[in-house]
Amino acid sequence: MTEMTTDQLEELRDRISLFKQFTGFVRKQPLGTAGGVVVILYILMAVFAPYITGFDPTENFYQNQFVAPGMQFPMGTDEWGRDILTRVIYGSRTALFVGFTCAIVGSTVGLVLGVGSAYYGGLIDLLFQRVMDVFMAFPLIIMALAIVSMSRSLHLPPDTSVYFVIIAITIPFIPRCARVVRASALAIREIPYIDAARANGFSDARIILRHMVPNVMAPYLIMITAFVGQAILLEASLSFLGLGVQDPVPAWGLMLRNAQEFIRTEPWIAIWPGVAISLGVFGFNLFGDAIRDALDPKLRTQ
Amino acid sequence: MQTKLWKLALGAVAAAAFSFSAVAETPKYGGTLNFVVGSKIPSYDGHVETTFGMIHPIAPFYSLLMRVNPANPGDPTDFQCDLCEGDVPAGAEGGTLFTFKIRQGVKFHDGTPLTAADIVASWNKIIFPPEGIASARKAFYKMVESVTAPDDFTVVFKLSFPSGSFLPAMADPYAFIYSKKDLDEHGYTWHKMNINGTGPFVFVEHQPGAFVTGVKNENYHHEGRPYLDGFKAISAPKMSARVQAIEGDRASIEFRGFPPKQRDDLVNALGDKITVQESDWNCVLMVTPNHSRPPFDDPRVRKALTLAVDRWGGSQYLSQIAIVKTVGGIVFPNHPLAATEEELVQIAGFSRDLEASRAEARRLLKEAGQEGLSFTLNNRAVDQPYRVVGTWLVDQWKQIGLTVDQQVNPSPVFYDILRKSGDFDVSIDFNCQSVINPIADVSKYLPSAGNNYANFEDAEIEEVYDRLLHAGTFEEQRVIMREYERMVLDEKATQAVTLWWYKINPYRSYVKGWKIAPSHYLAQQLDQIWLDK
Repeated sequence: MTEMTTDQLEELRDRISLFKQFTGFVRKQPLGTAGGVVVILYILMAVFAPYITGFDPTENFYQNQFVAPGMQFPMGTDEWGRDILTRVIYGSRTALFVGFTCAIVGSTVGLVLGVGSAYYGGLIDLLFQRVMDVFMAFPLIIMALAIVSMSRSLHLPPDTSVYFVIIAITIPFIPRCARVVRASALAIREIPYIDAARANGFSDARIILRHMVPNVMAPYLIMITAFVGQAILLEASLSFLGLGVQDPVPAWGLMLRNAQEFIRTEPWIAIWPGVAISLGVFGFNLFGDAIRDALDPKLRTQ
Repeated sequence: MQTKLWKLALGAVAAAAFSFSAVAETPKYGGTLNFVVGSKIPSYDGHVETTFGMIHPIAPFYSLLMRVNPANPGDPTDFQCDLCEGDVPAGAEGGTLFTFKIRQGVKFHDGTPLTAADIVASWNKIIFPPEGIASARKAFYKMVESVTAPDDFTVVFKLSFPSGSFLPAMADPYAFIYSKKDLDEHGYTWHKMNINGTGPFVFVEHQPGAFVTGVKNENYHHEGRPYLDGFKAISAPKMSARVQAIEGDRASIEFRGFPPKQRDDLVNALGDKITVQESDWNCVLMVTPNHSRPPFDDPRVRKALTLAVDRWGGSQYLSQIAIVKTVGGIVFPNHPLAATEEELVQIAGFSRDLEASRAEARRLLKEAGQEGLSFTLNNRAVDQPYRVVGTWLVDQWKQIGLTVDQQVNPSPVFYDILRKSGDFDVSIDFNCQSVINPIADVSKYLPSAGNNYANFEDAEIEEVYDRLLHAGTFEEQRVIMREYERMVLDEKATQAVTLWWYKINPYRSYVKGWKIAPSHYLAQQLDQIWLDK
């Protein structure tokens, strides 16, 4: 029998504590857990797509046009004879790439701007907030549509179209995150240790990045999870409207758009990408809500 | 061959059935025809516009000098007088002089009497527009030297050389006859925003983006017509909305055409309340490489692009999902001037041996040092059939190792790239014509044609077309047409045709008198239509 060292005991205690936190989260947030499972499944699906399905999502098999769901093609085939399951799986790559990129970039830029605005206050804060008001005045989808449409008139190479979709979705996220983060940062600015940091002669950048930003991580993380779902939905909407990625790239919104003509006679072409979008957005939203509840000190004590 | 004979037999039976029904049924008067239109009206000026979005709602307000017989629009040689009188004139002086007698007693909707001066003013605007005034089809009338009116009811067209393409071009459905008084008083752009014709219907209202309405012209010059009291052209850009409108009987017909699935939907839902007419369509999507941009200046690369395309297979599977079907060369299929299947399979990209074609394509690319070439395909954001055909082409080119990004642009951007900036590698383009007039229609492939956007010059092609234009006999025309076709599609591979469109029109069975035409621009004056309800 071997004896455990103090360090090993500490490590074991940490692991037990983490496990308890995890089981506590699962017990208190069953819906959030279900959302988390969906999120993990989607990520796995995107990462391991080539290992899950043997088909090429862009390869046409004309002899298989409009095959109904069955043993060979569990979700059926589309008008080009492409396996819908394969396209749904690969479509998660487009959705998650756009979703995570927009959410992380939008929230991060919003975080820096929001904290900076709160820290400097005065005229800078006032002007910054009015600019944010202008951006916030536009509904998310309208703003994204306008940006994508403008990018179209620039005649840019097509392989950049997905990046413009990302920019179009990211820009409207920035003021939304900045507004939320600023509210938290305003309270933190008044805490004495910020004054102490100033008194010690720390630079503004150091105070913002080292002392204020870590204290607003909770709303930041919540915004990220909320934005991923919204970004997936927006990307699908833009693709559905013909302004997102283009055929034959597998994307759920584009699949839905193509399915319009066949929805009455071959409904499975529309159903599966629709399910993928709904489930993905639902999963990310549930997970985001659960994280918000878990990180909110008021809700945590209840 | 058997398929062709079967098709011809079926066509004959269908034609006989329609002729019989036309004879058997007496037209009824009254009612309003509601129809749906899937595109916007850029302006009301037929001389300038090229879209069905304008011609469907606006053509009923105007007359033409002569027109395709609306009772037999499928026949490319059946023309009749509209504002002219009697039979369509035969050419005199070796086919260089055409004298049209004009109907008397015809009035414009504002009450102005029509005379030969109106016809001359309208045709001069079309053929010899003043600088700065657009005329979309003036190239069709290269042979016309002058248009004159020796008296109030005679118009004479003098040609500089005889041409078989003159009379068909005169039946152009966009060649609206305007009042000289309007042109003189208001200028040559007045008709973009105003309507004053002699057509079977009088303009009532246009709510942009919603509808256009017209009421019966009681003084119409074709006796007993129109049968309808009026019409309403309802704007419905989304295909699903147009299908629903017909299914719900809010509209009776859509004149452009639906894909097969939508036809099946309507037939399944409405049974014998729906009648379907189908026809080959004088419209084809083309692949236009930008010759001014390497490597598309190399004919081997361009030829590889056309060799990769499986047209015969595509005809089978694309016709299930799109409004394209017929394999053909540069001439409208089944026209006597069109290539037969035996002639067609000799042209690059039309061989029945697909594997051999693709092997040759790979060889040419290797020889040109362009294996694994990547490029962008400029396409138009219109599903039927642009986006479908574009997606198909991307897959076809993938089979020979090419990587193609499809850039689907809204129409204004698409046109801007294709026609103005020229900033493209390869673009989709279309050759959609109204009256079947092969010699004029194939001018699209001429480097000097104003609507050829491949950015190249070629004296040899110009010379062959010039010979074609001047060819006196049909046999001569046919031989030169083959030479021209081979040069354009094979030897120089300047452009490539994909598949010809196929027109499918499902409509409410109570709509009578309407015959499908090989073009969605033809026979749209609506004077022959009546409602059996």
